Amino acid sequence: MPTKIEKDSLTGTDTTGHEWDGLKELNTPLPKWWLYTFYATIVFAVVWMVIYPSIPGWKGTSGWVAREAVVADVAAAQARNAPMMARLREATPAQIAADPEMRAFATAGGRVAFANNCAGCHGAGGQGAIGGFPSLADDEWIWGGSLEAIQHTIRHGIRANESDDQRQSMMPRFGADALLTRAQIDDVAEHVLSFTSRATDQAAATRGVALYAEQCASCHGERGEGNREFGAPRLADQVWLYGGSKRDIVAMIGNPRAGVMPSWQGRLDPAITNMLTLYVHSLGGGE
Amino acid sequence: MFAWLRDHGIIERNVVLMGVLTLITISIGGLVQIVPLFAIETTIERVAGVRPYTPLELRGRDIYIREGCYNCHSQMIRPFRDELERYGHYSLAAESMYDHPFQWGSKRTGPDLARVGGRYSDDWQAAHLRSPRDLVPASIMPPYAFLDRPLDVADIQQRMRALRAVGVPYTDDMIANAAADLRAQATPDADPGAFQGRYARARQSAFDGNPGVVTEMDALVAYLQMLGTLVDFRDVTPAQLRQP
Repeated sequence: MPTKIEKDSLTGTDTTGHEWDGLKELNTPLPKWWLYTFYATIVFAVVWMVIYPSIPGWKGTSGWVAREAVVADVAAAQARNAPMMARLREATPAQIAADPEMRAFATAGGRVAFANNCAGCHGAGGQGAIGGFPSLADDEWIWGGSLEAIQHTIRHGIRANESDDQRQSMMPRFGADALLTRAQIDDVAEHVLSFTSRATDQAAATRGVALYAEQCASCHGERGEGNREFGAPRLADQVWLYGGSKRDIVAMIGNPRAGVMPSWQGRLDPAITNMLTLYVHSLGGGE
Repeated sequence: MFAWLRDHGIIERNVVLMGVLTLITISIGGLVQIVPLFAIETTIERVAGVRPYTPLELRGRDIYIREGCYNCHSQMIRPFRDELERYGHYSLAAESMYDHPFQWGSKRTGPDLARVGGRYSDDWQAAHLRSPRDLVPASIMPPYAFLDRPLDVADIQQRMRALRAVGVPYTDDMIANAAADLRAQATPDADPGAFQGRYARARQSAFDGNPGVVTEMDALVAYLQMLGTLVDFRDVTPAQLRQP
Protein backbone atom coordinates (compact mmCIF):
# COMPACT_ATOMS: atom_id res chain seq x y z
CA MET A 1 0.00 0.00 0.00
CA PRO A 2 1.62 3.28 -1.02
CA THR A 3 1.96 5.21 2.15
CA LYS A 4 4.28 8.06 1.44
CA ILE A 5 5.47 8.99 -2.07
CA GLU A 6 8.55 11.10 -1.76
CA LYS A 7 11.17 12.50 -4.11
CA ASP A 8 14.50 10.67 -4.05
CA SER A 9 17.24 13.19 -3.37
CA LEU A 10 19.90 11.52 -5.55
CA THR A 11 17.94 10.85 -8.77
CA GLY A 12 15.09 13.34 -8.44
CA THR A 13 12.63 10.49 -9.14
CA ASP A 14 9.53 9.67 -7.14
CA THR A 15 9.49 6.53 -5.01
CA THR A 16 6.67 4.02 -5.26
CA GLY A 17 5.66 4.76 -1.69
CA HIS A 18 6.33 1.18 -0.59
CA GLU A 19 8.77 0.57 2.20
CA TRP A 20 10.18 -2.72 3.44
CA ASP A 21 12.37 -2.56 6.49
CA GLY A 22 13.60 0.84 5.45
CA LEU A 23 14.16 -0.10 1.81
CA LYS A 24 12.31 2.11 -0.68
CA GLU A 25 11.73 1.50 -4.40
CA LEU A 26 12.21 4.11 -7.13
CA ASN A 27 9.31 4.50 -9.53
CA THR A 28 11.54 5.25 -12.53
CA PRO A 29 9.41 5.90 -15.63
CA LEU A 30 10.02 3.83 -18.80
CA PRO A 31 12.43 5.44 -21.28
CA LYS A 32 10.49 7.66 -23.67
CA TRP A 33 11.93 6.01 -26.80
CA TRP A 34 10.84 2.59 -25.54
CA LEU A 35 7.40 3.73 -24.54
CA TYR A 36 6.64 5.45 -27.84
CA THR A 37 8.01 2.48 -29.84
CA PHE A 38 5.62 0.31 -27.85
CA TYR A 39 2.67 2.57 -28.66
CA ALA A 40 3.76 2.59 -32.31
CA THR A 41 3.64 -1.22 -32.45
CA ILE A 42 0.08 -1.12 -31.12
CA VAL A 43 -0.92 1.38 -33.80
CA PHE A 44 0.87 -0.73 -36.42
CA ALA A 45 -1.01 -3.83 -35.31
CA VAL A 46 -4.37 -2.10 -35.55
CA VAL A 47 -3.61 -0.75 -39.03
CA TRP A 48 -2.37 -4.21 -40.06
CA MET A 49 -5.55 -5.85 -38.80
CA VAL A 50 -7.62 -3.44 -40.89
CA ILE A 51 -5.63 -3.94 -44.09
CA TYR A 52 -5.07 -7.71 -43.96
CA PRO A 53 -7.42 -10.66 -43.24
CA SER A 54 -6.61 -10.86 -39.54
CA ILE A 55 -9.84 -12.03 -37.90
CA PRO A 56 -12.10 -14.86 -39.12
CA GLY A 57 -14.70 -13.29 -41.39
CA TRP A 58 -12.69 -10.10 -41.99
CA LYS A 59 -11.11 -10.06 -45.44
CA GLY A 60 -9.10 -6.86 -44.97
CA THR A 61 -9.33 -3.68 -47.03
CA SER A 62 -6.48 -4.74 -49.36
CA GLY A 63 -8.20 -7.93 -50.53
CA TRP A 64 -4.88 -9.78 -50.16
CA VAL A 65 -5.15 -13.60 -50.19
CA ALA A 66 -2.02 -15.73 -49.70
CA ARG A 67 -3.18 -18.37 -52.18
CA GLU A 68 -3.91 -15.84 -54.90
CA ALA A 69 -0.66 -14.01 -54.22
CA VAL A 70 1.40 -17.16 -54.78
CA VAL A 71 -0.51 -18.01 -57.94
CA ALA A 72 0.29 -14.52 -59.27
CA ASP A 73 3.91 -14.94 -58.17
CA VAL A 74 4.26 -18.24 -60.01
CA ALA A 75 2.48 -16.86 -63.06
CA ALA A 76 4.87 -13.89 -63.20
CA ALA A 77 7.90 -16.20 -63.04
CA GLN A 78 6.42 -18.45 -65.70
CA ALA A 79 5.71 -15.47 -67.93
CA ARG A 80 9.38 -14.46 -67.74
CA ASN A 81 10.49 -17.91 -68.91
CA ALA A 82 7.49 -18.56 -71.16
CA PRO A 83 9.10 -17.97 -74.58
CA MET A 84 12.05 -20.23 -73.83
CA MET A 85 9.92 -22.86 -72.08
CA ALA A 86 7.56 -22.96 -75.06
CA ARG A 87 10.50 -23.61 -77.38
CA LEU A 88 11.87 -26.30 -75.06
CA ARG A 89 8.45 -27.94 -74.85
CA GLU A 90 8.09 -28.25 -78.62
CA ALA A 91 11.67 -29.11 -79.52
CA THR A 92 13.09 -32.63 -79.61
CA PRO A 93 16.13 -33.22 -77.41
CA ALA A 94 18.29 -33.36 -80.55
CA GLN A 95 17.08 -29.92 -81.63
CA ILE A 96 17.78 -28.53 -78.17
CA ALA A 97 21.28 -29.99 -78.23
CA ALA A 98 21.93 -28.36 -81.61
CA ASP A 99 20.82 -24.87 -80.52
CA PRO A 100 23.40 -23.22 -78.22
CA GLU A 101 20.86 -20.90 -76.57
CA MET A 102 18.33 -23.64 -75.80
CA ARG A 103 21.10 -26.00 -74.77
CA ALA A 104 22.53 -23.55 -72.22
CA PHE A 105 19.10 -22.84 -70.74
CA ALA A 106 18.18 -26.54 -70.63
CA THR A 107 21.42 -27.67 -68.99
CA ALA A 108 21.27 -24.95 -66.32
CA GLY A 109 17.60 -25.57 -65.56
CA GLY A 110 18.09 -29.32 -65.76
CA ARG A 111 20.75 -29.14 -63.07
CA VAL A 112 18.25 -27.59 -60.64
CA ALA A 113 15.46 -29.97 -61.59
CA PHE A 114 17.86 -32.91 -61.20
CA ALA A 115 18.91 -31.81 -57.72
CA ASN A 116 15.28 -31.57 -56.68
CA ASN A 117 13.81 -34.66 -58.32
CA CYS A 118 16.52 -37.14 -59.24
CA ALA A 119 19.46 -36.70 -56.85
CA GLY A 120 17.79 -38.70 -54.07
CA CYS A 121 18.32 -41.94 -55.98
CA HIS A 122 20.92 -41.13 -58.62
CA GLY A 123 23.16 -38.99 -56.39
CA ALA A 124 23.94 -35.29 -56.50
CA GLY A 125 26.34 -35.75 -59.42
CA GLY A 126 24.50 -38.66 -61.04
CA GLN A 127 26.94 -41.11 -59.47
CA GLY A 128 24.18 -43.50 -58.36
CA ALA A 129 24.21 -45.64 -55.24
CA ILE A 130 24.73 -49.29 -54.37
CA GLY A 131 21.59 -51.37 -54.30
CA GLY A 132 19.86 -50.64 -57.58
CA PHE A 133 20.32 -46.93 -58.19
CA PRO A 134 22.29 -46.73 -61.44
CA SER A 135 24.98 -44.18 -62.16
CA LEU A 136 24.09 -41.75 -64.92
CA ALA A 137 27.62 -40.42 -65.21
CA ASP A 138 29.19 -43.47 -66.87
CA ASP A 139 28.73 -45.08 -70.27
CA GLU A 140 26.86 -48.11 -68.93
CA TRP A 141 23.16 -47.71 -69.79
CA ILE A 142 20.46 -50.22 -68.97
CA TRP A 143 17.74 -48.73 -71.17
CA GLY A 144 19.88 -46.64 -73.50
CA GLY A 145 21.89 -43.45 -73.23
CA SER A 146 20.86 -41.58 -76.35
CA LEU A 147 18.90 -38.35 -75.94
CA GLU A 148 15.70 -40.07 -77.11
CA ALA A 149 16.16 -43.07 -74.82
CA ILE A 150 16.85 -40.86 -71.79
CA GLN A 151 13.82 -38.71 -72.56
CA HIS A 152 11.61 -41.80 -72.83
CA THR A 153 12.85 -43.22 -69.52
CA ILE A 154 12.34 -39.91 -67.69
CA ARG A 155 8.86 -39.35 -69.08
CA HIS A 156 7.47 -42.85 -68.69
CA GLY A 157 9.50 -44.32 -65.85
CA ILE A 158 10.47 -47.91 -65.16
CA ARG A 159 8.06 -50.53 -63.80
CA ALA A 160 6.10 -47.92 -61.82
CA ASN A 161 2.76 -48.74 -63.45
CA GLU A 162 2.05 -45.07 -64.00
CA SER A 163 2.42 -44.93 -67.80
CA ASP A 164 1.46 -47.33 -70.59
CA ASP A 165 4.77 -46.63 -72.34
CA GLN A 166 6.92 -47.36 -69.30
CA ARG A 167 10.11 -49.40 -69.45
CA GLN A 168 8.96 -52.86 -68.51
CA SER A 169 10.71 -56.17 -68.05
CA MET A 170 10.76 -58.89 -65.45
CA MET A 171 13.56 -61.35 -64.89
CA PRO A 172 12.24 -64.79 -63.87
CA ARG A 173 12.77 -65.84 -60.27
CA PHE A 174 14.98 -68.82 -61.09
CA GLY A 175 15.46 -69.87 -57.48
CA ALA A 176 12.27 -68.75 -55.75
CA ASP A 177 10.12 -70.34 -58.47
CA ALA A 178 12.34 -73.45 -58.66
CA LEU A 179 13.23 -72.97 -62.34
CA LEU A 180 16.82 -73.90 -61.54
CA THR A 181 18.29 -75.88 -58.68
CA ARG A 182 20.71 -74.33 -56.24
CA ALA A 183 23.60 -76.15 -57.91
CA GLN A 184 22.53 -74.96 -61.37
CA ILE A 185 22.32 -71.36 -60.17
CA ASP A 186 25.82 -71.74 -58.80
CA ASP A 187 27.05 -73.01 -62.19
CA VAL A 188 25.39 -70.13 -64.07
CA ALA A 189 26.88 -67.63 -61.64
CA GLU A 190 30.36 -69.06 -62.25
CA HIS A 191 29.79 -68.77 -66.00
CA VAL A 192 28.67 -65.14 -65.59
CA LEU A 193 31.82 -64.46 -63.57
CA SER A 194 33.89 -65.96 -66.40
CA PHE A 195 32.82 -63.06 -68.67
CA THR A 196 35.09 -60.86 -66.60
CA SER A 197 37.65 -63.64 -66.01
CA ARG A 198 36.65 -63.95 -62.37
CA ALA A 199 35.43 -67.57 -62.32
CA THR A 200 37.07 -69.55 -59.54
CA ASP A 201 35.59 -72.95 -60.40
CA GLN A 202 36.23 -73.69 -64.07
CA ALA A 203 34.30 -76.98 -64.03
CA ALA A 204 31.20 -75.22 -62.71
CA ALA A 205 31.62 -72.39 -65.21
CA THR A 206 31.73 -74.91 -68.03
CA ARG A 207 28.62 -76.65 -66.73
CA GLY A 208 26.94 -73.25 -66.67
CA VAL A 209 27.51 -72.56 -70.38
CA ALA A 210 24.55 -74.58 -71.61
CA LEU A 211 22.27 -73.36 -68.82
CA TYR A 212 23.19 -69.77 -69.55
CA ALA A 213 22.57 -70.18 -73.28
CA GLU A 214 19.19 -71.69 -72.55
CA GLN A 215 17.94 -69.46 -69.73
CA CYS A 216 19.80 -66.15 -69.84
CA ALA A 217 21.24 -65.47 -73.28
CA SER A 218 17.98 -64.38 -74.90
CA CYS A 219 18.03 -61.21 -72.76
CA HIS A 220 21.58 -60.79 -71.51
CA GLY A 221 23.25 -61.90 -74.77
CA GLU A 222 25.48 -64.87 -75.64
CA ARG A 223 28.55 -63.20 -74.16
CA GLY A 224 26.75 -61.12 -71.49
CA GLU A 225 26.64 -58.03 -73.66
CA GLY A 226 23.17 -57.13 -72.38
CA ASN A 227 20.11 -55.92 -74.26
CA ARG A 228 18.67 -52.48 -73.78
CA GLU A 229 15.38 -53.45 -75.35
CA PHE A 230 14.61 -55.51 -72.24
CA GLY A 231 16.65 -53.45 -69.86
CA ALA A 232 18.89 -56.48 -69.42
CA PRO A 233 22.16 -55.12 -68.03
CA ARG A 234 25.52 -55.95 -69.53
CA LEU A 235 27.15 -58.73 -67.50
CA ALA A 236 30.56 -58.60 -69.20
CA ASP A 237 31.89 -55.59 -67.34
CA GLN A 238 32.63 -54.45 -63.81
CA VAL A 239 29.55 -52.23 -63.41
CA TRP A 240 27.00 -53.99 -61.21
CA LEU A 241 23.67 -52.63 -60.11
CA TYR A 242 23.17 -54.96 -57.13
CA GLY A 243 26.78 -55.99 -56.54
CA GLY A 244 29.14 -58.14 -58.60
CA SER A 245 30.40 -60.68 -56.07
CA LYS A 246 29.42 -64.28 -56.59
CA ARG A 247 27.10 -64.09 -53.60
CA ASP A 248 25.32 -61.06 -55.11
CA ILE A 249 24.98 -62.75 -58.51
CA VAL A 250 23.60 -65.98 -57.00
CA ALA A 251 21.10 -63.93 -54.99
CA MET A 252 20.09 -62.00 -58.10
CA ILE A 253 19.49 -65.17 -60.14
CA GLY A 254 17.60 -66.85 -57.31
CA ASN A 255 15.28 -63.97 -56.44
CA PRO A 256 15.90 -61.03 -58.80
CA ARG A 257 15.33 -57.46 -57.83
CA ALA A 258 13.87 -55.02 -60.30
CA GLY A 259 14.33 -51.30 -59.88
CA VAL A 260 11.42 -48.89 -60.12
CA MET A 261 11.60 -45.33 -61.39
CA PRO A 262 8.57 -43.05 -61.30
CA SER A 263 7.05 -41.64 -64.46
CA TRP A 264 7.70 -37.89 -64.52
CA GLN A 265 5.45 -36.80 -67.36
CA GLY A 266 2.51 -36.20 -65.03
CA ARG A 267 4.66 -34.52 -62.39
CA LEU A 268 6.85 -32.25 -64.48
CA ASP A 269 6.30 -29.93 -67.43
CA PRO A 270 7.45 -31.51 -70.74
CA ALA A 271 9.92 -28.62 -71.05
CA ILE A 272 11.46 -29.68 -67.73
CA THR A 273 11.71 -33.36 -68.71
CA ASN A 274 13.50 -32.14 -71.85
CA MET A 275 15.84 -30.04 -69.73
CA LEU A 276 16.54 -33.08 -67.54
CA THR A 277 17.21 -35.14 -70.65
CA LEU A 278 19.87 -32.68 -71.78
CA TYR A 279 21.39 -32.46 -68.31
CA VAL A 280 21.53 -36.23 -67.75
CA HIS A 281 23.00 -36.68 -71.22
CA SER A 282 25.72 -34.17 -70.32
CA LEU A 283 26.73 -35.92 -67.08
CA GLY A 284 29.39 -37.98 -68.81
CA GLY A 285 27.78 -40.97 -70.44
CA GLY A 286 25.54 -39.46 -73.09
CA GLU A 287 25.60 -41.27 -76.42
CA MET B 1 -1.26 11.58 -19.04
CA PHE B 2 -1.81 8.14 -17.55
CA ALA B 3 -2.44 9.25 -14.02
CA TRP B 4 -5.41 6.90 -13.70
CA LEU B 5 -3.01 3.97 -13.93
CA ARG B 6 -1.72 5.01 -10.53
CA ASP B 7 -5.09 4.25 -9.07
CA HIS B 8 -4.52 0.54 -9.66
CA GLY B 9 -4.74 0.31 -5.91
CA ILE B 10 -8.54 0.53 -6.20
CA ILE B 11 -8.55 -2.79 -8.07
CA GLU B 12 -6.09 -4.33 -5.68
CA ARG B 13 -8.20 -3.33 -2.70
CA ASN B 14 -11.47 -4.70 -4.14
CA VAL B 15 -11.40 -8.47 -4.55
CA VAL B 16 -14.75 -8.65 -6.37
CA LEU B 17 -13.76 -6.00 -8.92
CA MET B 18 -10.39 -7.73 -9.36
CA GLY B 19 -12.15 -11.07 -9.90
CA VAL B 20 -14.52 -9.63 -12.51
CA LEU B 21 -11.74 -7.89 -14.42
CA THR B 22 -9.56 -11.03 -14.30
CA LEU B 23 -12.45 -13.06 -15.71
CA ILE B 24 -12.90 -10.57 -18.57
CA THR B 25 -9.20 -10.59 -19.40
CA ILE B 26 -8.94 -14.39 -19.44
CA SER B 27 -12.17 -14.65 -21.46
CA ILE B 28 -10.69 -12.50 -24.23
CA GLY B 29 -7.68 -14.81 -24.46
CA GLY B 30 -9.89 -17.88 -24.46
CA LEU B 31 -12.29 -16.53 -27.08
CA VAL B 32 -9.45 -15.62 -29.42
CA GLN B 33 -8.42 -19.27 -29.38
CA ILE B 34 -11.85 -20.87 -29.40
CA VAL B 35 -14.04 -18.73 -31.69
CA PRO B 36 -12.12 -19.38 -34.91
CA LEU B 37 -12.67 -23.12 -34.39
CA PHE B 38 -16.43 -22.59 -34.83
CA ALA B 39 -15.68 -21.75 -38.47
CA ILE B 40 -13.09 -24.49 -39.08
CA GLU B 41 -15.41 -26.55 -41.27
CA THR B 42 -15.55 -23.70 -43.78
CA THR B 43 -11.77 -23.69 -44.20
CA ILE B 44 -11.67 -27.30 -45.49
CA GLU B 45 -11.61 -27.23 -49.27
CA ARG B 46 -14.18 -29.33 -51.11
CA VAL B 47 -11.70 -31.41 -53.08
CA ALA B 48 -12.16 -35.01 -54.16
CA GLY B 49 -9.93 -37.92 -53.26
CA VAL B 50 -9.14 -37.49 -49.55
CA ARG B 51 -9.90 -40.71 -47.70
CA PRO B 52 -9.07 -42.08 -44.24
CA TYR B 53 -5.75 -43.91 -43.92
CA THR B 54 -5.72 -47.63 -44.66
CA PRO B 55 -4.90 -49.77 -41.61
CA LEU B 56 -1.30 -50.25 -42.82
CA GLU B 57 -0.81 -46.53 -43.54
CA LEU B 58 -2.36 -45.72 -40.18
CA ARG B 59 0.15 -47.93 -38.37
CA GLY B 60 2.91 -46.33 -40.44
CA ARG B 61 1.71 -42.93 -39.33
CA ASP B 62 1.77 -44.12 -35.70
CA ILE B 63 5.39 -45.20 -36.20
CA TYR B 64 6.16 -41.83 -37.82
CA ILE B 65 4.90 -40.15 -34.66
CA ARG B 66 6.53 -42.69 -32.30
CA GLU B 67 9.95 -42.16 -33.89
CA GLY B 68 9.53 -38.40 -33.77
CA CYS B 69 9.93 -37.86 -37.50
CA TYR B 70 7.98 -34.62 -37.10
CA ASN B 71 10.89 -33.18 -35.11
CA CYS B 72 12.86 -32.80 -38.33
CA HIS B 73 10.27 -33.11 -41.11
CA SER B 74 7.31 -30.81 -41.69
CA GLN B 75 4.26 -31.78 -43.71
CA MET B 76 3.13 -28.35 -44.77
CA ILE B 77 3.99 -26.79 -48.10
CA ARG B 78 3.42 -23.07 -47.63
CA PRO B 79 2.01 -20.91 -50.42
CA PHE B 80 5.35 -19.43 -51.51
CA ARG B 81 6.80 -19.79 -54.98
CA ASP B 82 10.08 -21.36 -53.82
CA GLU B 83 8.19 -24.05 -51.90
CA LEU B 84 5.88 -24.75 -54.83
CA GLU B 85 8.85 -25.13 -57.16
CA ARG B 86 10.53 -27.59 -54.84
CA TYR B 87 7.73 -29.59 -53.25
CA GLY B 88 4.67 -29.16 -55.43
CA HIS B 89 1.23 -27.70 -54.80
CA TYR B 90 0.78 -25.97 -51.44
CA SER B 91 -0.85 -28.11 -48.76
CA LEU B 92 -4.61 -27.96 -48.35
CA ALA B 93 -6.53 -28.13 -45.09
CA ALA B 94 -8.52 -30.97 -46.66
CA GLU B 95 -5.39 -33.07 -46.98
CA SER B 96 -4.90 -33.29 -43.23
CA MET B 97 -8.55 -33.38 -42.16
CA TYR B 98 -8.26 -37.01 -41.00
CA ASP B 99 -4.99 -36.38 -39.15
CA HIS B 100 -5.33 -36.55 -35.37
CA PRO B 101 -3.03 -34.86 -34.57
CA PHE B 102 -1.93 -33.18 -37.79
CA GLN B 103 1.77 -33.42 -38.71
CA TRP B 104 2.29 -29.94 -40.14
CA GLY B 105 5.35 -29.39 -37.98
CA SER B 106 7.34 -26.20 -37.83
CA LYS B 107 10.94 -27.28 -38.27
CA ARG B 108 12.75 -28.54 -41.33
CA THR B 109 16.05 -30.18 -40.47
CA GLY B 110 15.10 -32.58 -43.24
CA PRO B 111 12.92 -31.77 -46.24
CA ASP B 112 9.16 -31.30 -46.15
CA LEU B 113 7.35 -34.61 -46.63
CA ALA B 114 3.84 -33.40 -47.46
CA ARG B 115 4.16 -34.65 -51.07
CA VAL B 116 6.95 -37.23 -50.78
CA GLY B 117 4.58 -40.01 -51.87
CA GLY B 118 5.59 -41.57 -55.20
CA ARG B 119 8.66 -39.38 -55.48
CA TYR B 120 10.96 -42.29 -54.75
CA SER B 121 10.55 -46.03 -55.20
CA ASP B 122 9.61 -48.34 -52.33
CA ASP B 123 13.11 -49.80 -52.53
CA TRP B 124 14.62 -46.37 -52.12
CA GLN B 125 12.46 -45.53 -49.10
CA ALA B 126 13.29 -48.81 -47.35
CA ALA B 127 17.01 -48.62 -48.18
CA HIS B 128 17.12 -44.97 -47.12
CA LEU B 129 15.38 -45.65 -43.81
CA ARG B 130 17.77 -48.53 -43.09
CA SER B 131 20.86 -46.49 -43.84
CA PRO B 132 20.30 -42.91 -45.02
CA ARG B 133 23.94 -42.17 -45.79
CA ASP B 134 24.21 -45.04 -48.29
CA LEU B 135 21.98 -43.01 -50.56
CA VAL B 136 22.43 -39.41 -49.43
CA PRO B 137 26.02 -39.05 -48.21
CA ALA B 138 25.47 -35.62 -46.60
CA SER B 139 22.38 -36.70 -44.66
CA ILE B 140 22.35 -36.46 -40.85
CA MET B 141 19.24 -38.60 -40.48
CA PRO B 142 19.64 -41.50 -38.04
CA PRO B 143 19.29 -45.06 -39.39
CA TYR B 144 16.02 -46.90 -38.72
CA ALA B 145 17.08 -50.43 -39.72
CA PHE B 146 15.39 -51.77 -36.58
CA LEU B 147 12.02 -51.16 -38.24
CA ASP B 148 12.53 -54.49 -40.06
CA ARG B 149 10.65 -56.27 -37.28
CA PRO B 150 7.12 -57.66 -37.31
CA LEU B 151 4.38 -55.08 -36.98
CA ASP B 152 2.12 -55.36 -33.95
CA VAL B 153 -1.37 -55.46 -35.47
CA ALA B 154 -3.34 -56.75 -32.48
CA ASP B 155 -4.88 -53.40 -31.58
CA ILE B 156 -5.58 -52.06 -35.07
CA GLN B 157 -9.35 -52.09 -34.57
CA GLN B 158 -9.10 -50.14 -31.32
CA ARG B 159 -6.92 -47.55 -33.02
CA MET B 160 -9.48 -47.11 -35.79
CA ARG B 161 -12.36 -46.88 -33.32
CA ALA B 162 -10.49 -44.21 -31.39
CA LEU B 163 -10.11 -42.17 -34.57
CA ARG B 164 -13.77 -42.70 -35.44
CA ALA B 165 -14.67 -41.23 -32.08
CA VAL B 166 -12.95 -37.97 -33.07
CA GLY B 167 -14.56 -37.80 -36.49
CA VAL B 168 -12.66 -39.97 -38.97
CA PRO B 169 -15.32 -41.75 -41.09
CA TYR B 170 -14.19 -45.35 -40.64
CA THR B 171 -17.15 -47.62 -41.39
CA ASP B 172 -18.01 -50.79 -39.47
CA ASP B 173 -16.95 -52.65 -42.60
CA MET B 174 -13.50 -51.02 -42.56
CA ILE B 175 -12.98 -51.77 -38.87
CA ALA B 176 -14.21 -55.37 -39.14
CA ASN B 177 -11.77 -56.08 -42.01
CA ALA B 178 -8.87 -54.03 -40.65
CA ALA B 179 -6.43 -56.87 -40.04
CA ALA B 180 -7.18 -58.50 -43.41
CA ASP B 181 -6.85 -55.16 -45.25
CA LEU B 182 -3.57 -54.50 -43.51
CA ARG B 183 -2.13 -57.80 -44.69
CA ALA B 184 -3.60 -57.41 -48.19
CA GLN B 185 -1.91 -54.06 -48.72
CA ALA B 186 1.49 -55.44 -47.75
CA THR B 187 1.11 -58.43 -50.10
CA PRO B 188 1.47 -57.45 -53.76
CA ASP B 189 -0.18 -60.58 -55.16
CA ALA B 190 -3.16 -60.66 -52.80
CA ASP B 191 -6.64 -60.29 -54.28
CA PRO B 192 -7.36 -56.55 -53.97
CA GLY B 193 -11.16 -56.94 -54.32
CA ALA B 194 -12.85 -55.52 -51.27
CA PHE B 195 -9.74 -53.72 -49.99
CA GLN B 196 -9.55 -51.44 -53.03
CA GLY B 197 -13.27 -50.75 -52.67
CA ARG B 198 -12.83 -49.56 -49.12
CA TYR B 199 -9.75 -47.41 -49.76
CA ALA B 200 -9.66 -45.74 -53.17
CA ARG B 201 -6.27 -45.61 -54.92
CA ALA B 202 -4.51 -47.51 -52.15
CA ARG B 203 -1.47 -49.29 -53.52
CA GLN B 204 -0.53 -52.88 -52.69
CA SER B 205 3.15 -53.65 -52.55
CA ALA B 206 5.88 -55.46 -50.67
CA PHE B 207 6.95 -52.08 -49.37
CA ASP B 208 10.08 -53.33 -47.58
CA GLY B 209 10.96 -55.81 -50.34
CA ASN B 210 9.88 -58.84 -48.29
CA PRO B 211 6.27 -59.88 -48.93
CA GLY B 212 6.46 -62.67 -46.34
CA VAL B 213 6.22 -60.65 -43.12
CA VAL B 214 4.32 -57.43 -42.42
CA THR B 215 6.95 -55.27 -40.72
CA GLU B 216 7.04 -51.80 -39.24
CA MET B 217 9.10 -50.86 -42.30
CA ASP B 218 6.18 -51.92 -44.53
CA ALA B 219 3.83 -49.69 -42.58
CA LEU B 220 6.09 -46.64 -42.55
CA VAL B 221 6.95 -46.88 -46.26
CA ALA B 222 3.27 -47.39 -47.14
CA TYR B 223 2.47 -44.21 -45.20
CA LEU B 224 5.29 -42.19 -46.80
CA GLN B 225 4.33 -43.38 -50.27
CA MET B 226 0.75 -42.08 -49.98
CA LEU B 227 1.60 -38.67 -48.52
CA GLY B 228 0.20 -35.90 -50.67
CA THR B 229 -1.04 -38.23 -53.40
CA LEU B 230 -4.76 -38.35 -52.62
CA VAL B 231 -5.81 -35.10 -54.28
CA ASP B 232 -5.35 -35.00 -58.06
CA PHE B 233 -4.64 -31.33 -58.68
CA ARG B 234 -5.38 -31.65 -62.38
CA ASP B 235 -9.05 -31.91 -61.41
CA VAL B 236 -9.04 -29.07 -58.88
CA THR B 237 -10.42 -25.68 -59.91
CA PRO B 238 -9.22 -22.38 -58.39
CA ALA B 239 -12.71 -21.81 -56.99
CA GLN B 240 -12.39 -24.98 -54.90
CA LEU B 241 -9.25 -23.64 -53.26
CA ARG B 242 -10.78 -20.35 -52.18
CA GLN B 243 -11.37 -20.26 -48.44
CA PRO B 244 -14.05 -17.98 -46.99
